[in-house]
Amino acid sequence: MRHQNGSDLSWSDVTDKSVWLNRRQLIAGAAAIGLAGPAAAGISAVPSSLSTQEKPNTLEEITSYNNFYEFGLGKEDPAAYASALTVDPWSIQIDGLVDRPGTYPLDDILKGVTLEERIYRFRCVEAWGMVIPWIGFPLATVLDRVGIQSGAKYVAFETLLRPEEMPGQRSSILDWPYREGLRLDEAMHPLTILATGLYGEEMPKQNGAPIRLVVPWKYGFKSIKSIVRISLVAEQPETTWNMMAPGEYGFYANVNPGVDHPRWSQASERRIGAGLFSSRQETVLFNGYADEVAGLYKGMDLAKFY
Amino acid sequence: MPLAETINRGLKRLPPGAAYALGLLPLGWLVWRAISGDLGVDPVKTLEHRLGLLALQFLIAGLCITPLRRLAGINLIRYRRAIGLIAFLYAVLHLAVWLALDLQFRWAEIGSDLTRRPYIVVGMVAFVLMVPLALTSNDASLRWMGTPGWRRLHQLVYVLVPLAALHFLMVVKAWPWEPILYLAAAVGLVGLRALWIRRFAAGGAAR
Repeated sequence: MRHQNGSDLSWSDVTDKSVWLNRRQLIAGAAAIGLAGPAAAGISAVPSSLSTQEKPNTLEEITSYNNFYEFGLGKEDPAAYASALTVDPWSIQIDGLVDRPGTYPLDDILKGVTLEERIYRFRCVEAWGMVIPWIGFPLATVLDRVGIQSGAKYVAFETLLRPEEMPGQRSSILDWPYREGLRLDEAMHPLTILATGLYGEEMPKQNGAPIRLVVPWKYGFKSIKSIVRISLVAEQPETTWNMMAPGEYGFYANVNPGVDHPRWSQASERRIGAGLFSSRQETVLFNGYADEVAGLYKGMDLAKFY
Repeated sequence: MPLAETINRGLKRLPPGAAYALGLLPLGWLVWRAISGDLGVDPVKTLEHRLGLLALQFLIAGLCITPLRRLAGINLIRYRRAIGLIAFLYAVLHLAVWLALDLQFRWAEIGSDLTRRPYIVVGMVAFVLMVPLALTSNDASLRWMGTPGWRRLHQLVYVLVPLAALHFLMVVKAWPWEPILYLAAAVGLVGLRALWIRRFAAGGAAR
């Protein structure tokens, strides 16, 4: 290349240093857990000022401790069973109050999108947390491209329903397909991303391949995985955990140490990977993203709209 | 019942002390996993859940001794004290991991959990009920209390084992099978006693 165009381009020019450093970590991690394969092609992403400076969890932690009930109730089940999932071809049906509804192949959605590395804190409603180096892009870019109509107030999401590849869906533990939703202003917020990878690689299947939502100031169950449908709607949509136990899982589900889950405290959380003796830390309002998102909830009683 | 007789005869060579050793094997395995860093991504939860589950499993095993004898003729009564004490040991360790490793002695949170979280309250009540049973699981206490009084006290297991199983069911999200089956087993084994008592009261031969 250098000889052909006479420039001094090198791989460090096309790949951000933090990304290839992460790739090394990934390769080491992948080798350690037997993930490495010839097809594992990295994806490049630009860094983002919205990333936290906190140290990310290891790839092994992120990919072997998942709540993805489509593959079973155990935290290790997704890593064990998600390999059966077919993620290519993949398309997303975008419908409802949009100007250009349709079923969009994932490649079309990703065309022209700038992938960013977003290192976010992730807080599960079960009172544990991680730091995850997602790769993705703002959900707003997709919504803007399909044209949001004026009556749209909420965005509804659906996960793939494919019991033959998702063994958890063969039991009726939840009302499948998994559904989630956001208020439109939450969906358009720059922190809200659709993620297609982490640690410089395509999204591992157990983490919601090939494309998932990430809303870092809300409990993890809002960040729906393996999305096949996005609908712009006028009314607050039904969401899976909220339907299952409305007193325990609110529509908003903002991380809030002052509003306990009825069965357990949300005042503190355990940081995965912090070892046996120092894993508990204070939970922070909006998972530490209050500066960015508190304005969305001005005047709202967060204990009532939990 | 030739099979039961074979088992009973075989067990003559297994002293009650061996039951303690066997009961401690899972603990040894857990400690080994902890030392070798094999407790998974969330070692605190693994320890906490595994110890709690072991306590529940030994409690339910303890409730199986009498039905096994009455319904199948298999006599494991010599091992019942060991099973109960091992269950108590795992319950103590389960509680200790919750206090020290999970909540890391945050007493304000522990206090509010103990007063406001029904599943914690249920688990704690089950544990507190175990304490007098563990303290009196020795020959001296039996002699001192007399058999009828000792028996009456130890009927607390019929309350605490279902509570322990309920504690498990209450902590999980949704309605998975595993805790439901443990609760069903606990309630079923206690229900069996209720059935026997009723039959006995009705003058039928208890079998």
